[in-house]
Amino acid sequence: MTSVDPALRAISTTCPYCGVGCGVLATPDGSGAAAISGDPAHPANFGRLCSKGSALGETLGLENRLLYPMIRCSNGAMERIAWTDALDNVAHRLAHIVARDGPGAVAFYLSGQLLTEDYYVANKLMKGFIGSPNVDTNSRLCMASSVAGHRRAFGADTVPGTYEDLDEADLLVLVGSNAAWCHPILFQRMMANKQQRGAQIVVIDPRKTDTAEAADLFLGVKPGTDAALFAGLLVHLAENNVLDCDYIEHHTSGFDEALAHARGLAGGVTATALATGLSEQEVAAFFRLFAATPRVVTLYSQGVNQSAQGTDKVNAILNCHLATGRIGKIGASPFSLTGQPNAMGGREVGGLANQLAAHMNFTPPEIDRVRRFWQAPRIATHEGLKAVQMFEAIGRGEIKALWVMGTNPAVSLPEADAARRALRKLELLVISENVLSNDTVAAGPHVLFPALAWGEKSGTVTNSERRISRQRAFLPVPGEARPDWWIVSEIAKRLGFGAAFDYGSAAAIFREHAALSAFENNGSRDFDIGALSDVSDEAFGALTPMLWPQRAGETGQQRFFAGGEFFTGDRKARFVAPEPPMLRTEIHEGRPLRLNTGRIRDQWHTMTRTGTSARLGSHLPEPFVEVHPDDAARYGLADGSFARITTDHGQCTLKVVVTAKQQRGMLFAPIHWSQANASAARVGALVAPLTDPFSGQPEAKATPASIAPYNYVFRGFALSRKPLSLPDHAWWARAAIGGGLGYLIADNADLKDWSSWLRSVAGDELAEYSDFGDGVYRAASFADGAIETCLFLGPARDAGDWEVAKELFAVAALTDEQRRLLLSGKPVQGLASTGPIVCACFGVGRTTISETIAAGAGSAAEIGARLKAGTNCGSCIPELKRLIAQSGIGHKHGKLAEAS
Amino acid sequence: MSESLVIVGNGMAAARLVDELARVALGRYAIAVIGDEPRLAYNRVLLSSVLAGETASHEIELRPASWWRDRGVTLKYGCAVSEIDVGRRELKIAGEESVGFSKLVLATGSSPLRLDVPGAGLSGVSSFRDSRDVDLLLALAAAKKRVVVIGGGLLGLEAAYGVAKAGAPVTLLHLMDRLMERQLDAPAAALLKSLVEKKGIDVLLNANTARILGQSRAEAVELADGRQIDADAVIFAAGIRPNVALAKEAGIAVNRGIVVDDRLQTGTDDIFALGECAEHRGICYGLVEPAYEQAKALAQHLAGRSAAYQGSVVATNLKVSGVNVFSAGEFLATDRSEAIVFSDVRRGTYKKLVIENGRLAGAVLVGDTADGRWYLELIRNRENIAGVRRDMMFGRAAASLAAAA
Repeated sequence: MTSVDPALRAISTTCPYCGVGCGVLATPDGSGAAAISGDPAHPANFGRLCSKGSALGETLGLENRLLYPMIRCSNGAMERIAWTDALDNVAHRLAHIVARDGPGAVAFYLSGQLLTEDYYVANKLMKGFIGSPNVDTNSRLCMASSVAGHRRAFGADTVPGTYEDLDEADLLVLVGSNAAWCHPILFQRMMANKQQRGAQIVVIDPRKTDTAEAADLFLGVKPGTDAALFAGLLVHLAENNVLDCDYIEHHTSGFDEALAHARGLAGGVTATALATGLSEQEVAAFFRLFAATPRVVTLYSQGVNQSAQGTDKVNAILNCHLATGRIGKIGASPFSLTGQPNAMGGREVGGLANQLAAHMNFTPPEIDRVRRFWQAPRIATHEGLKAVQMFEAIGRGEIKALWVMGTNPAVSLPEADAARRALRKLELLVISENVLSNDTVAAGPHVLFPALAWGEKSGTVTNSERRISRQRAFLPVPGEARPDWWIVSEIAKRLGFGAAFDYGSAAAIFREHAALSAFENNGSRDFDIGALSDVSDEAFGALTPMLWPQRAGETGQQRFFAGGEFFTGDRKARFVAPEPPMLRTEIHEGRPLRLNTGRIRDQWHTMTRTGTSARLGSHLPEPFVEVHPDDAARYGLADGSFARITTDHGQCTLKVVVTAKQQRGMLFAPIHWSQANASAARVGALVAPLTDPFSGQPEAKATPASIAPYNYVFRGFALSRKPLSLPDHAWWARAAIGGGLGYLIADNADLKDWSSWLRSVAGDELAEYSDFGDGVYRAASFADGAIETCLFLGPARDAGDWEVAKELFAVAALTDEQRRLLLSGKPVQGLASTGPIVCACFGVGRTTISETIAAGAGSAAEIGARLKAGTNCGSCIPELKRLIAQSGIGHKHGKLAEAS
Repeated sequence: MSESLVIVGNGMAAARLVDELARVALGRYAIAVIGDEPRLAYNRVLLSSVLAGETASHEIELRPASWWRDRGVTLKYGCAVSEIDVGRRELKIAGEESVGFSKLVLATGSSPLRLDVPGAGLSGVSSFRDSRDVDLLLALAAAKKRVVVIGGGLLGLEAAYGVAKAGAPVTLLHLMDRLMERQLDAPAAALLKSLVEKKGIDVLLNANTARILGQSRAEAVELADGRQIDADAVIFAAGIRPNVALAKEAGIAVNRGIVVDDRLQTGTDDIFALGECAEHRGICYGLVEPAYEQAKALAQHLAGRSAAYQGSVVATNLKVSGVNVFSAGEFLATDRSEAIVFSDVRRGTYKKLVIENGRLAGAVLVGDTADGRWYLELIRNRENIAGVRRDMMFGRAAASLAAAA
């Protein structure tokens, strides 16, 4: 299954986070840890890693790992069970439910973090052999609209360009993408292009993100109006003779209708400005720039996809590229950025409810073809339920058994509280997981299967540019964890499908997957890696990153569609006229705002991995909501205070960040927190479950919401070596810190209750400081000369920060002076606090940076030269620039430079 | 010719008064100091250190003979004044000529309270007050005699520590349910108990001494509850009594102590009193610091300057090596006050600051007493502490750092 090189040399693998798919060199130390660096040979990143990737080495510990199969006992507790018993149990119950209620009563919910081989086997079992099409994946929440848009325009889910186009473009248009935080390495490539070749950058986003701050032109559109902007652009291109009429004529159809429709939507600069909330100057500038720049790449991500009109938005963008023939050419293409490491691999195997397999769909000839290839007479013959509908069906009791693999739907689905409730209704909930606790694991599974984690598992992933790379094992298998494909195959054998699931290795599965992609293909399908269908185990082991297609007997195809050859019946692309932009919901007096959701720089998904890194935890440790200053004034919200956000679907209490980066009328909250790491920050629970009619992707960025201040008398924090169970009345958020866990706390209960609580959880070597009259209680317990637990609470207006205590917490043996002053919250002399971490790669704090700026470092480069901050992943550079701007130093230096 | 000023008693108060007078009224008085202890004035506070072997006996002398000589002081030590003749302005001294005075200062100090229990007069029962007591205790310790100290206040703790340090097994008996109950709250006293126990002293609380058993020598102490503690020697350290007999017999007004006004003058003109024998505004102080403050005020007055002693805000410091205890002011929080408390029992630290009306009213410190002086200043100055409240527990340095930030 997996083997670890005993020589402990560097092993090249691929990062488990976003869809950039960076190559990683992992050098295990032989005792469960590994040194991590970027792989200079990998064409996605050429050796660079972002803050999250750089911190991978900090996330390899086995704390909170699920190491053995577990089963729910009659008393409700999960207990360890032998593999054979766990597998027999699940297979027996699945078979029983299928026999009783039919195959439609069972479903798989998969993940863009599964390897292609795992995905392939799961998809094959459910669709091919159990005969249920109910296989969907968290990619539904991520890029389903891009898939649907691609299929409508191209006849296939094809990404036409490559990352190289980002280096070669003269204009980069980012739509609904905060690449600076979410795809940092690609963003750095774009910034390098800007610096070296002078590429212009346009950012289209309702939110002025760090990406927007780097833009030459920022278009702060009203939410949901992207399609109007691109309809207006199409009209402008037509009216200014920028069209590639030859391309339109020979390789597309539907242009005239699309153009006519676009004129109706946004027939000029003025109409476009009106429809998008932009100024006419902004609109005109963008149109001019796009029209004048043949080498343009339009990149789009969740801001486009997570919409009830996401598919139309994608097509509005594709229309402009098709109309100008700027597709599949060097430096010119539309480009979907995926959010997960193997969202693309999942699409390739067909692991979505509206796909069958290998870029084949539920059409009779394709069903027949796959049936013959798999020798699967019971193959599903129609599309299954997409994620949101799948969980609704579970809630209605129509789906009785669900197997979740490698994802946390109780957090990430829209209307997540309802999803969580639905999980509890299942007759059989099976979860293949790495961790012992997360919100989904807490939602009442019957069986837990311990799956291999990153660093242990072995197979392939595909990144946003269609590049297949190996993920390789560099750590020993812990406990009784097993590869996902093995677990699925064992169930398949017990269901009587042994002959079709007799896989001995990931390589064997990959060969079958490759063979299916080439099966009766002959150029009719974009996805074809037939050249690899007889790859040997050794060659699979040594596989270097490669773009698909890899058709047998052909080499060298980098891009698609420069010369047409689409995958529709007539090989022509389709112009698709988008519906008039309209959000699915309306705001009203009770819900006067719209809630946008997204990611932050140093966390990924539900934090089950990034949340274990202290470096990553220190950038933005608290769940927050961003509010425009005018809205803050209107609703009585102060920066740094708390607010309760309510939608028709749920409620959260978040820290308030007042910022003009947010539009009036809009709120923004990050998606990462869950009940596992915060008391009241399940932002997914706020999101409306309204979906795009084509892609099924939910509109996660515009839920009507209300906000009200929520006051806490006390604030503070706890630090602990072990997880704490905080009192129910407290607001809290957890972050990894050096040596343990940190909890930020706010509360209204009597401080004396906290003293009792701490005594109940801490050892008896306790130090306490109390000034109840002034609203202050601090305490620490010690063991072996180090802090075991500490708790600081104080008046909300002046609670102090945790940096000093965190530094002392990391000390293995406190000096007497450190122990004496710990509860003062003041730095012991010579132990100056460096402030909250800005550069996560090198652990450089804000105070240190500000001091360096004050000492004359007037540019991000100078700061980098002195502190290294910003010189690795570069994702903190926008923040460095802000700090320079705030200090006024850079400005002065700039003036001086001009004068001299 | 200079006016004659006689000081009765050659303890710490007397020495300080001479020092102060030399500063403000040099040559105005011909000073004579008459004391019954057979040696130069010494620092009584350090007797426990001598007992503990941490300081040599001769090192605790306050001033060398030459110092007294240089200030023109006639020193008569080892002489007991037997009578004050107020009318004739004369002091009678046993076996010597009478000494006349123009002004008289009584600095006769105090004596240990001896419990009125059966056996209190047995051989081996002593007190802990002067260097003669120390010599005796050192001899006991050297012989590894079992010693019982009665009294868990400052004096008893210091005596017990000294004897234990000198090598004798020691049991400390205290009548109350906690040590130093007049200076410490319950948690501070509990921590102190554990700290002194670590020094090898057995502490028995709620120990009411019923009698001392023995034929001619003390052999054991029996408590009211019937418990018996074997003892080769018993030290009374259960309080002191001002030495007022001389004044009382002379018709000078006394209460518990010799009553003085804000000028330190007794009810009799030209006769003053200070130190542990004096009672000012109803208070007899048992500590050296008020005596020094009184000496300063009295010297001013004797120099003809206007001066008034207003009473002292006292701080108690326990001098037991490694067991620092400080207490000052209103150390028990009341309905009208708030407490700030810091404790780290394992580290041996307990601190409580009592705040009343925004001012520091009292402080109890065990283990970490470095900031005791600062707290005492704050208590005395009655400054509003709002600006330092957040940080004052962690010391003047932390508070000033915070104030500067």
